[in-house]
Amino acid sequence: MQASQHAGHAGHHEDDSHGHGPTGLMRWITTTNHKDIGTMYLWFSFAMFLVGGAMSLIIRAELLSPGLQYVSPEFYNQMLTLHALIMVFGAIMPAFVGFANWMIPMMIGAPDMAFARMNNWSFWLLPPAAILLTASLFVPGGAAGTGWTLYPPLSIQMGMGMDMAIFAVHILGMSSIMGSINIITTVLNMRTPGMTLMKMPLFCWTWLVTAFLLIASMPILAGAVTMLLTDRHFGTSFFNAAGGGDPVLFQHIFWFFGHPEVYIIALPAFGVVSHVIPAFSRKHLFGYTSMVYAIAAIGLISFFVWAHHMYVTGIPLTGQLYFMYATMLIAIPTGVKVFNWVTTMWRGSLSFETPMLFALGFLVLFTIGGLTGLVLAMTAVDIQLQDTYYVVAHFHYVMVAGALFSAYAGLYYWLPKWTGHMYHEGLGKLHFWLSMIFFNIAFFPQHFLGLAGMPRRIPDYAQQFADFNMISTWGSFGFGFSQLLVLVVVFKAMKGGVKAEARPWDGARGLEWTVPSPAPHHTFEDPPPFDPAEAHG
Amino acid sequence: MSHPASANRYFVPDPSHWPLVGSLALLLLASGAVLTMNSIANGGFVLMGGFAVLAVMLFGWFARVIGESESGSYNVQVDRSFRWAMAWFIFSEVMFFAAFFGALFYVRVLSVPDLASADQAGLWEGFKGQWPTAGPAAKDVFTPMHAWGIPAINTLLLLSSGVTVTWAHWGLIANKRQQLITGLALTILLGLVFISLQAYEYAEAYSHLGLKMTTGVYGSTFYMLTGFHGFHVTLGATMLIVILVRTLKGHFTAERHFAFEAVAWYWHFVDVVWLGLFVVVYWL
Repeated sequence: MQASQHAGHAGHHEDDSHGHGPTGLMRWITTTNHKDIGTMYLWFSFAMFLVGGAMSLIIRAELLSPGLQYVSPEFYNQMLTLHALIMVFGAIMPAFVGFANWMIPMMIGAPDMAFARMNNWSFWLLPPAAILLTASLFVPGGAAGTGWTLYPPLSIQMGMGMDMAIFAVHILGMSSIMGSINIITTVLNMRTPGMTLMKMPLFCWTWLVTAFLLIASMPILAGAVTMLLTDRHFGTSFFNAAGGGDPVLFQHIFWFFGHPEVYIIALPAFGVVSHVIPAFSRKHLFGYTSMVYAIAAIGLISFFVWAHHMYVTGIPLTGQLYFMYATMLIAIPTGVKVFNWVTTMWRGSLSFETPMLFALGFLVLFTIGGLTGLVLAMTAVDIQLQDTYYVVAHFHYVMVAGALFSAYAGLYYWLPKWTGHMYHEGLGKLHFWLSMIFFNIAFFPQHFLGLAGMPRRIPDYAQQFADFNMISTWGSFGFGFSQLLVLVVVFKAMKGGVKAEARPWDGARGLEWTVPSPAPHHTFEDPPPFDPAEAHG
Repeated sequence: MSHPASANRYFVPDPSHWPLVGSLALLLLASGAVLTMNSIANGGFVLMGGFAVLAVMLFGWFARVIGESESGSYNVQVDRSFRWAMAWFIFSEVMFFAAFFGALFYVRVLSVPDLASADQAGLWEGFKGQWPTAGPAAKDVFTPMHAWGIPAINTLLLLSSGVTVTWAHWGLIANKRQQLITGLALTILLGLVFISLQAYEYAEAYSHLGLKMTTGVYGSTFYMLTGFHGFHVTLGATMLIVILVRTLKGHFTAERHFAFEAVAWYWHFVDVVWLGLFVVVYWL
């Protein structure tokens, strides 16, 4: 898989001059170039997206009709666990790290990331983790079947596939921590003179906060899975009541990581959208300063709301009340952001190329996902909806229509800068509309299923859920196969097409648009002069 | 492609194969650990192979970095990057320990008292819920670790080592190389004595106190916290030894010596973690 990616990709930079380093496969293995590494991140995440997507289609095929038809319940559980782990850690997170690698140095006028060699290691840690996760399907007992939350006691009773998942999480955590240290250092120390923090592009701001969240939360997850490991193999009792521990302890530690993780995925998505909407509205972003404070506030509050995932574990009423109000508090900075995006478009000179369509799709669907999140934040309601398909619908509106649509907005927005060619607008629009329609066919009915009481993580269901499940399954297959269009669009743009100008979008601002398309291999050998007209603030 | 250092030119390192070697090492380590823990033949060899590749990678990669540093490739901006990075790395380590401290607080404040509450009386009859405990189902008796024996001596050792490493730093800044070498050697010595006493304490706990990893949640938290701390002290001592060897080779100047400072920061970090351990694991 890796080799073919490189082979397919080697032509990408052929016309660039990139010094006299190794060539061929070795170039990609040994590279210290942020663009190469960003490209590898993006291809890796797309490959994982297809793997995780195939797993979701197995899940949806099984759910097409009531009863068991294609897979065993055990395998079903393994599929939904690996689908989540691969999509979260293998697809969405690396995709935004890929954007960060490609764009942050170009946005702030740096030649590369602060630690170019370590940057490459951050990427090359991903394949071993992916190998461990996928290989775990083939060991005795199969892969982890606990759901991505890995709750004990089930995770303590699983076979060796669980150990492989634990070590995969460790390796992914190392990769994230190194990547985050790199991004924070780059943003804080490598900006061109004159670009103050409050003139910095918003994508850099979102990544600065995201990197902080990663450094603070990934070690917590590492600690949690380490305790799982010692409970499994070394006789400790962290999650065993007979020894004085508590399975709920794991949930606390996991969600202390898990809730910031939600914003680790969402914040860079916000960043991309904050670039695309002003560019296609031909206006400055409305309320830049409030956007920065909103990002920081979301990041901070995300550490104090974790037990809203645990209302039914028997936490005290005062705890439920606190976590309910704290969770609702996040709606304020998020509301500020949605308001600012809408106000940016107000009286703008709007045009609707593919990046803008995906950004608007994000705005509408992410807002729906946010509102269902508010519904779930209410303890009294959540006790009914916990572990139903309403939750599944909620977080897919946030993760897919939020993060993935934003990633597509960024992909179409910056693709001309990366390849030097305009993408095929018709295919791009087709991709958007197919995604938009099929996404809603797949996931909107799940709200109804959840409200009617259908539990998640179950391969079979009662007759009355049959119709909506069938609709959802057809929608998911449509959505899944529409995503292959991206491959066509990207390959076409890599092979040729209309030459892209340095600034193919007339409303776009930022240092990345001051260099030619495709961008030179090392963009800024010396700090470029900072033109306030390119500032976002 | 690496650029010579100058005040306003950026530094970008040449292509390097060490990241891939490092990834291979971790894949071998993870696979070896999975195989060993599940008692599958030859897992130990894979694990050993992983350690060997990791050692090669660490030597090779650090040799490269030290070479670049000594040849003057790193300008002031690179130095500042290193400072940010080390600070954030230590923060990530703090959060790693926070997970285990959090677990300790949780069991002491919530889960153990809850197991002894009226709600659970039918399930765990007679369980008092007093700390330290091996849990309501425990049969074996054990003696908890006392704070004012070896742990107190260890506290003294680590606090003194914080003083000696600072004294060494003063020597480095003042260009007193002998003071630097003596200070580093003393710090390493104190660290090694600490590790030896800790090993002795573990042996005592296992052979005489009946305190094992399997001794309920007290044993779990005790060994997890002190074990990871001891591992970090070992790492820190290894790093100090590298710094001492580099000092003897004539590396570092009074102005440019970030590697020394990074290791000193790390050493202070393990020191502070120990103080937390001493108070909440041993003493209270």
